[in-house]
Amino acid sequence: MTPLEQYRALLTILYKEIHRFMRIWTQTLIPPAVMIMLYFVIFGTLIGKRIGQMGGFDYMQFMIPGLIMMSVISNSYSNVVSSFFGQKFARSIEELLITPLPHYLILLGWVLGGVARGLLVGGIVTLVSLWFYDLSISNWTLSIFVVISTSILFSLGGFLNALFAESFDDISIIPTFIMQPLIYLGGVFYSIQLLPSFWQTVSLANPILYMINAFRYSILGASDLEALGFSINSAIFMIIAFIILFASICLWFLHKGRGIRT
Amino acid sequence: MKALSISNLKKEYTGGLQALKGIDLEVNQGDFFALLGPNGAGKSTTIGVISSLVTKTSGQVKILDIDIDENHSLAKKKLGVVGQEVNFNQFEKVGDIIRNQAGYHGLSFKEARENAKYYMQKLDIWDKRNEQARKLSGGMKRRVMVAKALVNNPELLILDEPTAGVDIELRRSLWDFLTEINNEGTTIILTTHYLEEAERLCRNIAIIDSGEIVENTSMQELLTRLEEETFIFDLKNPVKVLPKNLGYEAVLENPQKLKVTIGKGQGLNTIFEVLSNSGIQISSMRNDTGRLEELFMGLVDSNLNGSER
Repeated sequence: MTPLEQYRALLTILYKEIHRFMRIWTQTLIPPAVMIMLYFVIFGTLIGKRIGQMGGFDYMQFMIPGLIMMSVISNSYSNVVSSFFGQKFARSIEELLITPLPHYLILLGWVLGGVARGLLVGGIVTLVSLWFYDLSISNWTLSIFVVISTSILFSLGGFLNALFAESFDDISIIPTFIMQPLIYLGGVFYSIQLLPSFWQTVSLANPILYMINAFRYSILGASDLEALGFSINSAIFMIIAFIILFASICLWFLHKGRGIRT
Repeated sequence: MKALSISNLKKEYTGGLQALKGIDLEVNQGDFFALLGPNGAGKSTTIGVISSLVTKTSGQVKILDIDIDENHSLAKKKLGVVGQEVNFNQFEKVGDIIRNQAGYHGLSFKEARENAKYYMQKLDIWDKRNEQARKLSGGMKRRVMVAKALVNNPELLILDEPTAGVDIELRRSLWDFLTEINNEGTTIILTTHYLEEAERLCRNIAIIDSGEIVENTSMQELLTRLEEETFIFDLKNPVKVLPKNLGYEAVLENPQKLKVTIGKGQGLNTIFEVLSNSGIQISSMRNDTGRLEELFMGLVDSNLNGSER
């Protein structure tokens, strides 16, 4: 395929993906907004006042970057895993496999679809946040970079999950038993400086902690990472390294036909 | 140039099942080719390998002289495939499904829209373009699949049982359409369980059984191998008893329908003469369907017996 044909094919996949999640907006866009609103009402307005300061910020101010990131991560992941597995399940993935599309374009199309939903939901959550708190952003470039790269990473994760999934149960196991615990223990609602030393060390093994804190740093200008002796650059490096690793694994399995060819 | 060239193609599934045992197959450009075989013979696996849905164990596949391993992208540009089962997102609109397929091939938006419109009109689904595919009947979904396979104007079209489960009217209109695009130059490979369909449409035929090609010849040549042929005579007036010494194996199926089996070398003239002399008038005559079926069963049975030995 010529570069122009590849570009058209990529736009087709992306259009189809965006069209898919927009068509079911009541399932894809509204629930995160409602959930975040509840978090703000319960943890921010009602309980937050009693908590007081967290990491040197108002509790609601502290929580906002984590909640935005949580929405971006879970929506990027779930968009790709449900869409790609759905296509596998309905056999409509065959539509793509019989075309001249190279594997990297299939992967890129789905990842961009995941990023589109992640960013859209992230944007909605940000708007909801602004209703509750007057937020200012410390470093726009860094915040955009972190949110997009994290979205890419979790879209790749969703793709990998979908390749291996053989039933609808398989696409909910990782989000439920691995991702959600890592997100909740990744410092969305609390500063890990509150933890005993042992659990602080354990928390540092959680990659999502770095992403949430890098994003919090870009919004608030401070996070747990520097307090624990890590630079924001190390978080950025880690995100990029994971993206390269996950993309390589996805392409390898696509090439091998894992889960899509017999 | 060969539209399709397969050499020593093998497929062994995990668990040791040998679906293809080194098949060789060539299909000429412009041909209307039938690939027949019983269930589990290897037809769909062969099509799967050609269309990249199945990973081959070894062997070579070329589409219009382009090796699918060496230049996957270019080879695929020339291919259109109608799968055995519905393989599109049924929650999408018919028009979107077909236009998107054109997009996956890299066609511009304008080309995609024009091609989709052309094939939707040709296949009588233009008025369904804004309907969700899941609301269509089985036959209509088949038409969508054919339009989807053709939207990139492929030079080689493979249809895996395209008329399975569709009504006679649709089957015949699909036959006419396939004949038309074949006459315009598209090479067509057809697998079907309706041998009458293969006999009517295809010029050449291969029969696959247990992962091996057991016959590969022209339809004409294959049919001449029939040792005997059965004809149905519709009689003008009811007949109660057949004259003796007809010289043919004949059965009066009902008072106005006579079934006659004619052996190789026996002519039809005598039967007309004998019937006429007995006062029996014929209003029409036709081949009993199932000529190819008889041959097919013979070939598959002999292969089965051979493999059992």
